[in-house]
Amino acid sequence: MTTIRAQLALRAATLAVALAGGALAASGLAAETPSAATETLARVLPRIVKIHGAGGFRGLEAYQSGMLISADGAILTVWSHVLDTDYLSVTLDDGRRFDARLLGAHPRLEVAVLKIDAEGLPHFDLNDGIEAAPGTRVLALSNLFGVATGNEPVSVQRGVVSVRTSLAARRGVFETPYDGPIHVLDAVTNNPGAAGGAVVTRRGDLVGMIGKELRNANNHTWLNYAVPAEELREPVEAILAGRFAASPEPDREKPVEPATLDGLGLVLVPEVLDRTPPYVDAVRPDSPAARAGLRPDDLVVMVGDRLVSSCQALRDELAHLRREDPVRLSVMRGQEWIEVELKPSP
Amino acid sequence: MISALCPTGPDRSGAVSTLFVLLAWFGAASGSSDAAVDPAVLEAESARVAVMDRAKDAVVAVFSSSGQGGGSGVVISPDGFALTNFHVVKPSGYWMRCGMADGRIHDAVLVGLDPTGDVALIQLFGRDVFPAAELGDSDAVRAGDWVFAMGNPFLLATDLAPTVTYGILSGTHRYQYPSGTILEYTDCLQTDAAINPGNSGGPLFDSQGRLIGINGRCSFEKRGRVSVGVGYAISINQIKNFLGDLHGGRIVDHATLGARVAFDAEGRVVVDDVLESSDAYRRGLRYGDEIVAFAGRPIGSPNALKNILGVFPAGWRVPLVYRRDGQRRDFLVRLAAVHGRSELIEKTEGRQTPLPDPDPDPDRRKSDPNEPAPQEKQPTPLLPKGLRERLAGAARPRPPEIVEQHHEARRGYANYFFNRRHQQRLWEAWTDESQLAQAKGLWTIEGRTVGGQPVRFELDDAGVVAQLPGGEVKWTAGDEPAANLDPPQSGGMLLALHLWRRLATEGLDCFGEVYYQGMALRNDWSKRLDVLVGVHAGVECRFYFDPEGHRLVALEMTPDEAADPCEIAFSDFRALGKRILPGRMEVRHADQRFGVFLLDEYTLAPTAP
Repeated sequence: MTTIRAQLALRAATLAVALAGGALAASGLAAETPSAATETLARVLPRIVKIHGAGGFRGLEAYQSGMLISADGAILTVWSHVLDTDYLSVTLDDGRRFDARLLGAHPRLEVAVLKIDAEGLPHFDLNDGIEAAPGTRVLALSNLFGVATGNEPVSVQRGVVSVRTSLAARRGVFETPYDGPIHVLDAVTNNPGAAGGAVVTRRGDLVGMIGKELRNANNHTWLNYAVPAEELREPVEAILAGRFAASPEPDREKPVEPATLDGLGLVLVPEVLDRTPPYVDAVRPDSPAARAGLRPDDLVVMVGDRLVSSCQALRDELAHLRREDPVRLSVMRGQEWIEVELKPSP
Repeated sequence: MISALCPTGPDRSGAVSTLFVLLAWFGAASGSSDAAVDPAVLEAESARVAVMDRAKDAVVAVFSSSGQGGGSGVVISPDGFALTNFHVVKPSGYWMRCGMADGRIHDAVLVGLDPTGDVALIQLFGRDVFPAAELGDSDAVRAGDWVFAMGNPFLLATDLAPTVTYGILSGTHRYQYPSGTILEYTDCLQTDAAINPGNSGGPLFDSQGRLIGINGRCSFEKRGRVSVGVGYAISINQIKNFLGDLHGGRIVDHATLGARVAFDAEGRVVVDDVLESSDAYRRGLRYGDEIVAFAGRPIGSPNALKNILGVFPAGWRVPLVYRRDGQRRDFLVRLAAVHGRSELIEKTEGRQTPLPDPDPDPDRRKSDPNEPAPQEKQPTPLLPKGLRERLAGAARPRPPEIVEQHHEARRGYANYFFNRRHQQRLWEAWTDESQLAQAKGLWTIEGRTVGGQPVRFELDDAGVVAQLPGGEVKWTAGDEPAANLDPPQSGGMLLALHLWRRLATEGLDCFGEVYYQGMALRNDWSKRLDVLVGVHAGVECRFYFDPEGHRLVALEMTPDEAADPCEIAFSDFRALGKRILPGRMEVRHADQRFGVFLLDEYTLAPTAP
């Protein structure tokens, strides 16, 4: 069913392009002159950053792209393995390099916000993002393949929004928890390292953020897409407001009798690394976890609105919750996003 | 990028006619709907079609003589010289067959190779005038500019007309690591116009149809060897720097500064290490000096220096600006060769040399075990039948006559025929004007210093005697010419003058080893000179000729690789009888002027007494 939906979407995309053809050419005339894109780029390229973090092995790149969304150094990017480190670095268009910290992330929407300490930076305003109709001519800006280093500008590609559709998030087709709307693009924009880059109109208005590489497991084709700007607004605001934070504030109150893994009936995998991801190893029968339907191999991603990237972070987070209160957990089961509430045993 | 056989068939211009179809479609769309098409759009469209139609004529489909591969190329001069990639001609040996947009097939011979830069120069035969591409300025283009690539990707076309792909420049001045091969792409252009296997060696044009680069490499990864919108072209400005050397039939080497640079704590680019044998060291560059600019371009990172270094051939003199103790200094630095001579030959000829790896990290590419490797699994593409028969020559065991007439094998050269031709061109033009070859006897040159003190030089086969203001100095021909570098502080002026006379009187065959180096920059950053190099008894002498006047304007005699040369610059040429000879000679050594001599009278005896 999902596949058929995706195929229909693609056909709709082709049709939309065909229909938009005439009007598109007429409205795009000014942009046809060689200098139009370069003027836009002079303005927009300085808003794109190069992000370096974890990876560099087993086909996982250690770099991705991001875009500045505030003058004081908030950076929008995709939530990925690259961010799973304490040593994140961000290189601006002018070559300046900063240590960055993860402000927060929304793993289901695959959105993360980083922060560097700087001021007066050129940036996108997410509120100015536009809804791009099929046929809109766009530029994609990203550090694909990590081509650009230091003060070198990131790569630019040109394309057309083929269709706006919903990403059918099903295991076995596209491996992503994101199932919201996307812009399908007609250019090969979603390359290694490109995720987190910006898609803009030829005037420079933000259309969306380049998503992670996705391959259709049925037909092995790769999807080139961007998450629309309007979909990013809410999670980014939430992150900036302190929800989905990556680490608990140190001065937050701790109850005398906090919630514990034991009390919830959760057994995590053995901690072999500092940052062992909080996978469930076992669930005790008749426990709150069992009643909520948790299973071995579930990955705990969030406790309430807080991101927990390791077993230790999960334990720390529970230490701030009262034993008698219910605990909301978000877990990934394969590529499925599941939210459960664990009610304490009476 | 791997080279694949990629030809086209009998329709005169497949790519361009596709555009016409599109154009017709746009017209139809506008006719059948309310969306009226602005006439300016149609104008822009037909202007683009016209540019591509013109550009296609110079595009070449290169077929290996071994039948093992091919690629693309582009003709750059009416006499049939064409550019392609080193990795395209590598399986070919010294000859190949080339198809052009009008369907004609030409024999071609290898002329010059730049293995590090992945460039080859070939010459096509069989037309009086070849359609040639106009060379553009790749430093004037910017990211976002419209560009189009033409060439021979896959085996899509059924005739020899090139395929066109359209896009924008994604980046300029890119650096792509050698990744385990000799090929290093420095200062290259990046485009999202589709560059696929078979596009290798083909042209990247700007929107006006000027040649701005030679396509040669792509970033691929898990998606197999097809375009993912990331292709790289060697910038035409880099190729222009090497073109003189390539025309000389040489295997050209790239350059090194002899110094390593790194960021310091403040983010400045400083000298981390400098070889004491390098010219940079002799010119005064030291550890800790901040590099400000190189070749007129500001240096913001170590990679930027590497990028700029890559566009110059070994042997050129390039301006370097550095800062020490807050003070800015600048000088011309002579660039040394990256490879040893035999090392370069080995890397060029070596069968083991892998094709350029498109991925900077080869391990990563093989990381996903589920990923099919499409290139390996695809059947070898077959040429369309008609074309296969027409190209049957490609399977001929012996190269055609015209190729043999233009080829001379010699170790260390791509094709010595062309080198010999340039040696003779320079020597004949020079001796024709100066009539020096006929003067095999004693040369007596009388003159004065700028201060008015008389000087006199006597040169013959046995040696050189000079009466200078400081007294008489002598150099006598013998087994070890470099043992006497008199007068002191000149770096060997007498020996240099002897070699000057020797080149004229003995000619190319008896001088010792002689080769044409190509076009190079010396002291005048804007003027390229023809360079002839002669090695006599271990002493290297570089003769610089003005390409317009065919005058020998300078010579540099280097007795020892790690020493500064004696430089003699000739100027104020004037007619003395039937001869045109220099009236002024300036001698320099190691940043110092040794002397300026005004040469008033030449007495050149035709024979030895």
